[in-house]
Amino acid sequence: MIDAADFAAHLQRHVELAGSALAIATLLGLAFGSLSSHAHAARGPIVTLAGIGRVIPSLALITLMIPVFGLGFRSACVALTLLAIPPILINTDLGFRSVDPAASDAARGMGMTATQMFWRIEWPAALPITFAGVQTAAIEVIASATLAAFIGAGGLGEYITRGLDANITSILFIGAVGVAALALLTNLALGTLRRLIGVRT
Amino acid sequence: MRFERVSVRYPNAEASAVEDVSLELSAGAFTVILGPSGCGKSTLLRTVNRMVVPAAGRVYVDGTDNAQININTLRRSTGYVIQAVGLFAHMSVADNIAIVPGLLQWDSKRIEQRVDELLDLVRLPATYRNRLPRELSGGEQQRVGVARAIAARPRVLLMDEPFGAVDAIVRKSLQEESKRIAQLLKTTILFVTHDVDEALGLADRIVVMAAGKVVQYGTPLELLTNPTTPFVEDLLDTHDVVRRLGLLRAQDVMQPPRPETEGAIDAQATLRDSLNQFLQGAGTLAVERDGRRIGTLDFGDVQAAIRR
Repeated sequence: MIDAADFAAHLQRHVELAGSALAIATLLGLAFGSLSSHAHAARGPIVTLAGIGRVIPSLALITLMIPVFGLGFRSACVALTLLAIPPILINTDLGFRSVDPAASDAARGMGMTATQMFWRIEWPAALPITFAGVQTAAIEVIASATLAAFIGAGGLGEYITRGLDANITSILFIGAVGVAALALLTNLALGTLRRLIGVRT
Repeated sequence: MRFERVSVRYPNAEASAVEDVSLELSAGAFTVILGPSGCGKSTLLRTVNRMVVPAAGRVYVDGTDNAQININTLRRSTGYVIQAVGLFAHMSVADNIAIVPGLLQWDSKRIEQRVDELLDLVRLPATYRNRLPRELSGGEQQRVGVARAIAARPRVLLMDEPFGAVDAIVRKSLQEESKRIAQLLKTTILFVTHDVDEALGLADRIVVMAAGKVVQYGTPLELLTNPTTPFVEDLLDTHDVVRRLGLLRAQDVMQPPRPETEGAIDAQATLRDSLNQFLQGAGTLAVERDGRRIGTLDFGDVQAAIRR
């Protein structure tokens, strides 16, 4: 019932789920985070929504998706995306707002265009904080993707549901350790990446 | 540079920040705008590079209405130094200095050369090139701020209370440096401060502002000897004759050389410096330039200078 090929398939599913949710969430989080930090009027509603998103328990969120997207991958992916957006969005917003106002004043006064200011001054200043948000979101998504198994979307959580059904601790254990190892490795990889691109935190 | 009936009004403000200011600054001069906080001095300065847009009036830079110049072209040819410095924290000292030359697409070899020149000019060691701003002291950061502002040889240099955030000793040395740099550059400098001594020490011309208006415009000595309003009299404390003596040089009031002297003073020294020697008992001082005696100075000459 459990062999290496089976484990690899579930691991792959888990990574696909978490990876696609994280990728979509990063795009949306960056977009809305930079929007909220630049557009004064948009900030209140966007950050409030993100805050609410943070409070809803993951299992509830995944279940809520079933009536809309049915059982399976799509529901799980959408729910995980919604889970991952808030930390990325909030950190992006904070990152852009951490730009020293004096530096912006100087940049404008020296004749930088808005685009030059964004890429040369604001984005480098925001990057460390934004990246920390992505790292947090990645770990959250990998952990929560375990719940996808409850709505038939597969992943390493499958071993936990199977183990519970059959009342076999060792199967359950494979899922739990697998998820924990995946989360740790991802954290390590992102930390290394962060150092490689020279982001100081 | 010329201001023509410039008024600035901020939204929701009751009074104008700047009201109907007309001024003509001489090219290449060091002009200081002096006034209490909230008098509109920074606002007036910021109309030059259009960081503030006047509600009425025009600002001419090199004879051209600055509203007709492309905003980025205008700003890239205008140096800008602010109190909070505003260095870019993620960039090295060299990259900070190279910003405007980079925007103007100088080739990289010319930029490198210019950065070296500028570090030397503001007296920072060449080893600072690759440091980050946070590794520098406040005074050193503002030196980089000045180097960055003059990197592309701007025709106009705007300095908005540039030394307001550093301690008194560092401020003094930065003031001396800017005087030296100003003489080297021959750029038109507009400098805002609320510090009277800073204004008197640096300026060729001082613009005194109060409540958005220009109260008086003249050389430091004119302002001290001939204040037109009680406000200027008060602000500059014109009754303080020692302050006035700080602006007069020995060579301005000396008499022809005489043989009998007790001590010597440099021709460039101020009468305030001479006062020290007179108070210590000197009767007649020889005035010297490059070691050669060119005149004499006694206490009577100093008194006469005050009465004039």
